[in-house]
Amino acid sequence: MSAVRVIDDPSVRRGATRPPRAVVGSQVDTEETIFASLDGRILRRFWLFVAPYRRRLVWALAAVLAFTASQIAIPLVLRLVVDNALVAGAAIDDVSIPAERLLLVGIAAFFAVASLNFVANLVQETLVSRIAERLLIDMRRAMFAHLQRVSLAFMDKTETGRLMSRLQGDVHALQEFLETSVFAIGDFVLLVGIAVVLLVLDWRLGLLTLSVMPILVAVRIVWLPRARKAFLRARVTSSTLNGALAEGIHGVRTVQGMGREDVNLALFEEKAADNLDAQLQGTWLAQIMVPIVDGLTGAAMGIVVVAGGTAVLGGRIELGVMVAFLFYVQRFFDPIRSLTMQYSVMQRAMASGQRIFEVLDVPISVQDRADALDPAEIDGSVAFEDVTFGYLAGQPVLQNVSFRAEPGQTVALVGPTGSGKSSTMALAHRFYDVWDGRVLVGGLDVRDLTQASLGRHIAMVLQDPFLFTGTIAENIRYARTDASDAQVIDAARAVGADAFIRALPDGYATLLEQQGGNLSQGQRQLISFARALVADARILILDEATASIDSYTERSIQRALARLLEGRTALVIAHRLATIRHADRIVVLQQGRIIEDGSHAQLMRRGGLYARLYRMNYASFDDIDV
Amino acid sequence: MHASKSILSSSAPPERVGVDLSDLETLRRILRMALLHKRGMAVALATVVVAAVFQLTIPRFLGSAVDSAQGLIGAGENAVARGALWQTAALLLAASLLRGLFTMWHNYQGEAVGQRIAYDLRMAYYAKLQQLSFGFHDSVHTGELITRGMLDIEGVRTVVNAGFMRLVLILVLLGAGAFLLLRQDALLGLVALSFVPFAGWRSVVARLRLRASWLALQEKLGVLTRVMEENLSGIRVVRAFAAQPFELAKFEEVSRHTLALADRRIDIRVRNAVAMTYAFFIAMGLVLWIGGTKVLDGSMSVGTLTEYLAFMAILQMPVRQLGMTVNAFARASMCGARLFEVLDREPAIADRPGAADLEIGDAVVRFENVSFSYSGAPPGDRPAPVTLHDVDFEVRAGRTLGIVGPPGSGKSTIAHLIPRYYDVDSGRVTIDGQDVRDVTLRSLRRAVSVVQQDTFLFTASIENNVAYGDPWAEPAGITHSSEVARLHDYIAGLPAGYGTLVGERGVSLSGGQRQRLSIARSVLLGAHVLVFDDSTAAVDAATERAIREALRAETTDRATIIIAHRLGSLMHADEIIFLEAGRIVERGSHDALLALGGRYADLFALQSLDGETPTADGTPEHRS
Repeated sequence: MSAVRVIDDPSVRRGATRPPRAVVGSQVDTEETIFASLDGRILRRFWLFVAPYRRRLVWALAAVLAFTASQIAIPLVLRLVVDNALVAGAAIDDVSIPAERLLLVGIAAFFAVASLNFVANLVQETLVSRIAERLLIDMRRAMFAHLQRVSLAFMDKTETGRLMSRLQGDVHALQEFLETSVFAIGDFVLLVGIAVVLLVLDWRLGLLTLSVMPILVAVRIVWLPRARKAFLRARVTSSTLNGALAEGIHGVRTVQGMGREDVNLALFEEKAADNLDAQLQGTWLAQIMVPIVDGLTGAAMGIVVVAGGTAVLGGRIELGVMVAFLFYVQRFFDPIRSLTMQYSVMQRAMASGQRIFEVLDVPISVQDRADALDPAEIDGSVAFEDVTFGYLAGQPVLQNVSFRAEPGQTVALVGPTGSGKSSTMALAHRFYDVWDGRVLVGGLDVRDLTQASLGRHIAMVLQDPFLFTGTIAENIRYARTDASDAQVIDAARAVGADAFIRALPDGYATLLEQQGGNLSQGQRQLISFARALVADARILILDEATASIDSYTERSIQRALARLLEGRTALVIAHRLATIRHADRIVVLQQGRIIEDGSHAQLMRRGGLYARLYRMNYASFDDIDV
Repeated sequence: MHASKSILSSSAPPERVGVDLSDLETLRRILRMALLHKRGMAVALATVVVAAVFQLTIPRFLGSAVDSAQGLIGAGENAVARGALWQTAALLLAASLLRGLFTMWHNYQGEAVGQRIAYDLRMAYYAKLQQLSFGFHDSVHTGELITRGMLDIEGVRTVVNAGFMRLVLILVLLGAGAFLLLRQDALLGLVALSFVPFAGWRSVVARLRLRASWLALQEKLGVLTRVMEENLSGIRVVRAFAAQPFELAKFEEVSRHTLALADRRIDIRVRNAVAMTYAFFIAMGLVLWIGGTKVLDGSMSVGTLTEYLAFMAILQMPVRQLGMTVNAFARASMCGARLFEVLDREPAIADRPGAADLEIGDAVVRFENVSFSYSGAPPGDRPAPVTLHDVDFEVRAGRTLGIVGPPGSGKSTIAHLIPRYYDVDSGRVTIDGQDVRDVTLRSLRRAVSVVQQDTFLFTASIENNVAYGDPWAEPAGITHSSEVARLHDYIAGLPAGYGTLVGERGVSLSGGQRQRLSIARSVLLGAHVLVFDDSTAAVDAATERAIREALRAETTDRATIIIAHRLGSLMHADEIIFLEAGRIVERGSHDALLALGGRYADLFALQSLDGETPTADGTPEHRS
């Protein structure tokens, strides 16, 4: 009897070294490092999206300016009250206008300015936010609509998550940019306005007070790059940490099955500690500005008190001017702060803009001709004539491919991975345009037909029976949203899905969660068959992958398939020998060329690649190295 | 615990605006966690009070500056007046600087405590999730768990500064400010403070409404995300059926809803913010008016009036932010409750006190009258509750057991019971006579390796993935197990070889390659019991046979269980059991079962018809 080998007892192994090869979570997100400088082209293109809201934007700007003016005016009104009413009234008793009335005038002026402030504030905030919100949706819509038309090759090589971050994160960056830009104009005007008012009120005192401003600007210039680095690190460590957490949750069964709990916890702790450190450093850098700004404000107030007070004593300025100065000083660091923040927002927006326009610039590969046809009926034949096609220039994946499927025939495409089967299918539906030769559907070049008519005459069943969130009935009538309930049920019955659908709690109204996660693979496939049946197209394209389906389900799928193929032309990427054997024709592809073509019996007699593969009895013709 | 908060409910818990006792209990618990960081909390609390005090002195100094300037108007320049001005200026500078320093200090300390709580929670959460048994993970959406670990921890973290510390600051500023204002002049003080209740109330109401509308918006945005995501990942289906117009209409409709909600949010936010500002200005105007009158009749100085106005300016911000503070507490109690619900769970499967390590001899795995049912609603891929009834079998080192049966018959369940992913309801599972419930989980799971149906790839190099269970393994061992799994040649052909990154961001492996990697993982562990849970479905028959032979050549000390749909994968087994609805309905060798002419023979016939089953010696046979 031997004790079980306990390999990674942490009490023994940890301390000495951490595991030589172990990580949790993925590494840095490259999408995250993103700052770009101001770019005129991006701004111009951005403007095209803003342009429809020009008129409202002008109103918003007017409101921003009115708001800023009211902000500048308030300390001036205070000054008016103090000098004209209070000080004058208290010091000299004669005057023609009684001090009480002057006070009332001042108060009235104050309320007038406050009311202007109220209205302008309401208008600017509402308008700017609403415009920005609409802009966000417009840009998102533009991208989304564009993605519906770009080349599938682009969609294939681009992760969905990456596109989603453009549709969500990047549009937000531009929304924020528009919002802050408009308000930044207000901030800038406020800054200039305060400076001008200070200088007009008393240029000597004004200059003295403003002298602290360059110090703040200098400090922020030194501070900003460091702070940004620290903030970026905090963000990156956070997203890495959350990635590790997500991985731990997704892979928890493997973790427990392999006994990795302790190792993972130790690795996770390293990441958490790193994140804590980065967060604290970021906080520290953010907070260090507080005493600097406060200290400079204090210094400016001190200057006003000493220099201004002396001037008041000497009778050179009025007391109200000093009061106004004191109120201005407390305000005047705000615009500097938000203006420097605006810089980061702008940089982020430029980077986001680049990524958004990158998407919008992806060429649309396939477009309807102006005079494209939309025939009501076609004969159902499919023909490839000397087709050459590829995704990258100089690297054809199909070369001189020719074959023909007569109406009602089933043609099986067979060949190892990368032989060009899927590309052939895609061309029949004109997902791409051929380089050379032509593809005929119903005797017409696919480039002379509208894409909508191709969609109607050709139905596809894909290897991954992609279902949408929604009810089962909605999924079945996906291709024909106007299909009646009876048509939906007939289709389900025909493919043998009716029984299990009815057994579900809500029958056809059952909601498919997470793309049908609450159904088995076989059930999902049957629903996708029903979906294709409702489409009722003359031509059927089928990527028949059933490797992961068990024999029991397989049997019902084969039956459904037979029903689906009835009376239709079918191009089938065949994996199962049963399907292949029953095909009218078998086309064997290898490295983009047709090497064999004929019926099962003919090909077996020929004794070529097909016969060899068939004899070797592979589960799937996909998984072989030829 | 709240039923509505239960982790088992898939929908988001309804938002509650009121306060009840369990909320307070959650907040108390968070506070207790914060108080574990004694020094940090003490410093934060002390500094927040000091910062508030310094802030409150500033209006006083401003007022006295104005007074000393006014009092000496016309008196001409003199040393006394100058001295007073310099003194006030120095005090202003000092008070501002100190306020800034202490503000920095308390913000930093509060944030540091918050970050440390987040760290503590994160570690506890991660550790707990790793311990919680399969049954728990079956019943919970992974997305839900991830959200808790990300957003809910954030919600608790921010309450230290945005909730507790800010509350103290507001209380000190308002309390001391009100005291100072009212002491000097009760009427003017009341007028000056009159905006406080209105603004505070609006702020809280607005925040709570924003929260409710935020949740509504989140839901719509969730739908929008789903519509876009499904469109993009299902783009082939969309194009195959030329459904772009339909998809755009879907997008348009959801967008319209989100826009309406966003507009409503803008209105709530803007109207309340603007109203608060206006209330502030009205109070300020009134102070100016009443104060001005008092100045005129000589009962108040201009400096005191300035002081009142400056005070109001100071109180404005925290009052406007009252809503944020309330929101921080509401969010923290909700988030905290969701976290604690997970943290307080006890793993259903854990070592018994005093459990000993498993001792392995002949590696005899035995099921004795095992019955089992999944408690709790099994989600997703298992629509039918899988149960086992009185299952009995035995397999030992050097022997192979095959298990076959229709989907849902309980095959995988058997695989899960051996390493104790679940506990049996009755009967027992033993290895070399030791009940799996009596030995340590660590030793049990080292001895038993299950190659799962779905291979989870970690975002890491292939080497790290193969060595997942034994990160200390020598490179030679990793290469060897990859060779056994017939994966080595493929890996060696990659540009970066074993260093190639796989997983979410790395190269994608085919189904068969993933399964072979999973096999390599298990082989590396050298387990005494190896269970293949339908884990060669995507591997072609010839490769599967080669793997089987390599495994056999490697050791004879191993008991093997093979679960498969494809009979070719298990027809060589020493014993095959046919499972149906959780019961063993047929058992015996391949030949015996064929001779029996029952379900197994049926299935064999079916698969042969499909041309898929190799003959017993593993060489393919041609049928035409």
